[in-house]
Amino acid sequence: MANWDWQVFCKNTIDGEVITSCFGSGGDITYLDWMLSAWGWTVSVALLSLAVALVFGSLMGILRTTPNRGLVLLGNAWTELFRNIPLLVQIMLWYHVVPALIPPLKGVPSFLLVVAALGLFTSARISEQVRAGIQSLPRGQRMAALAVGFTLPQTYRYVLLPMAFRIIIPPLTSESMNIVKNSSVAFAVSISELTLFALQAQEETSRGIEIYLAVTALYFVSAFAINRVLHFIEERFRVPGLIAAGGK
Amino acid sequence: MKAIGIIAAAVMAASVSTLPALAQDAGTLKKIKDSGSVTMGVRESSGGLSFTVGDGKFAGFHVELCQHVLADIQKQLGMAKLDVKYQPVTSQNRIPLTQNGTIDIECGSTTNNAARQKDVAFAVTTFVEEVRIAAKANSGITSIAQLNGRNVATTTGTTSVQLLRKHERGAGIDFKEVFGKDHADSFLLLESGRADAFVMDAQILAGLVAKSKNPADFKIVGEVLNVEPINIMMRRDDPAFKKAVDDSLIKLMKSGEIARIYDKWFMQPIPPANVRIGLPASEATKAAWANPNDKPAEDYAKK
Repeated sequence: MANWDWQVFCKNTIDGEVITSCFGSGGDITYLDWMLSAWGWTVSVALLSLAVALVFGSLMGILRTTPNRGLVLLGNAWTELFRNIPLLVQIMLWYHVVPALIPPLKGVPSFLLVVAALGLFTSARISEQVRAGIQSLPRGQRMAALAVGFTLPQTYRYVLLPMAFRIIIPPLTSESMNIVKNSSVAFAVSISELTLFALQAQEETSRGIEIYLAVTALYFVSAFAINRVLHFIEERFRVPGLIAAGGK
Repeated sequence: MKAIGIIAAAVMAASVSTLPALAQDAGTLKKIKDSGSVTMGVRESSGGLSFTVGDGKFAGFHVELCQHVLADIQKQLGMAKLDVKYQPVTSQNRIPLTQNGTIDIECGSTTNNAARQKDVAFAVTTFVEEVRIAAKANSGITSIAQLNGRNVATTTGTTSVQLLRKHERGAGIDFKEVFGKDHADSFLLLESGRADAFVMDAQILAGLVAKSKNPADFKIVGEVLNVEPINIMMRRDDPAFKKAVDDSLIKLMKSGEIARIYDKWFMQPIPPANVRIGLPASEATKAAWANPNDKPAEDYAKK
């Protein structure tokens, strides 16, 4: 493995000439420029999808624990719909099938469709975790809150959710890291993210090992950064004496 | 201890099975003679060049040429029986698999260029591909200049993307690239209107159009963007094997047999759907048959 060629990243994407500064100028781009822009796409897809997933996942998870059977049914149907279809199939459905059924969606950029697909797929998984978190609390908590005169929304807001969310931070961390890795399927619908960059650049440069190593490192860094942020949140919002703070 | 023994045996077995790869000095001809078998790398779906007809069987222009070549090699080595194994490969793995000895001869749709010649060897050019534009027949697109401001589809992991980029700068036009994950997907982009044009090898475009719901809806238009030789590929630094392959192919070219085989795959209906690709041999392809050579794509670009 002596013949590494890391200079491949300094090459111009048009004629393959090595540019000394490694960054292109005046409209030219190098593979390094392209990779950084691809990383930007990966992070944007992942973070926006995570936002969508947290909003819909929390909402659906909460609905599934309410006393109203209609709302429970809605939450259950949502969760089962989005977690029983493979992610790649869902992406293709959003990209090719949904716009064919609803023509105005044809004008929507594929970036937003991917965010919707990945966000809703993950929301089903988060909804399951939120439900588990709420149901892990003793039944007496909900009853006590209602008995002292809290409305149902207030019970969730001030009693159940603050504890449930603290409990589910560890699985949420895994899910948030998963979303970074799952964003790689966006290449299938022409989002210029890291996986598409890797597939394309290794073909153009014939330096697949260097390209894949660099892309692997960027995925690792992105996922690990999310891990550290959530770990910080977990520590910062720990309440001494609460079940979530058990271990230490 | 017994477990360790089993693991050791497994490791030994694994390293023995990679031996043929290491024993490249002995040459592919010796490997074929000793093992009584040869592995042909084929593609699942490379237009009329190399494709699966289902059930683990493969066919196409390059596959049939390779079958002729291997029959000649069998005769040359004086073997009573030669077991030909078919191994599907992809754009991503075909070169590594050729280098490490998993496949002995690759009969797909590999562009012969200078970068690849550092890693592998190519037989004499049997097919010259022209990169062109497919568009909807009613779109009015007839040249690359009209693609300004439009969406242009191409397939991830192909050299056409780079080509488009060069053209984009050279012609001073600006279009948006959309990537399909494979050729069928790129064609779907064109069909569904997400892309206004699809830039790819004419042979692949012709095949996709022929297989589409309404072939009359699509046209292959515009100037030839690039010319690339598509060759049968094998390991580097094995002159005896390359000579055997080249001799066999040159024999087909001299006798005119190659034109008949070409006709069978590109002008007649072919399985599995029994559609006709309808792509006559280009002038460049005929020139390659008249003067057998293994020049890389870069030499074609100079002309």
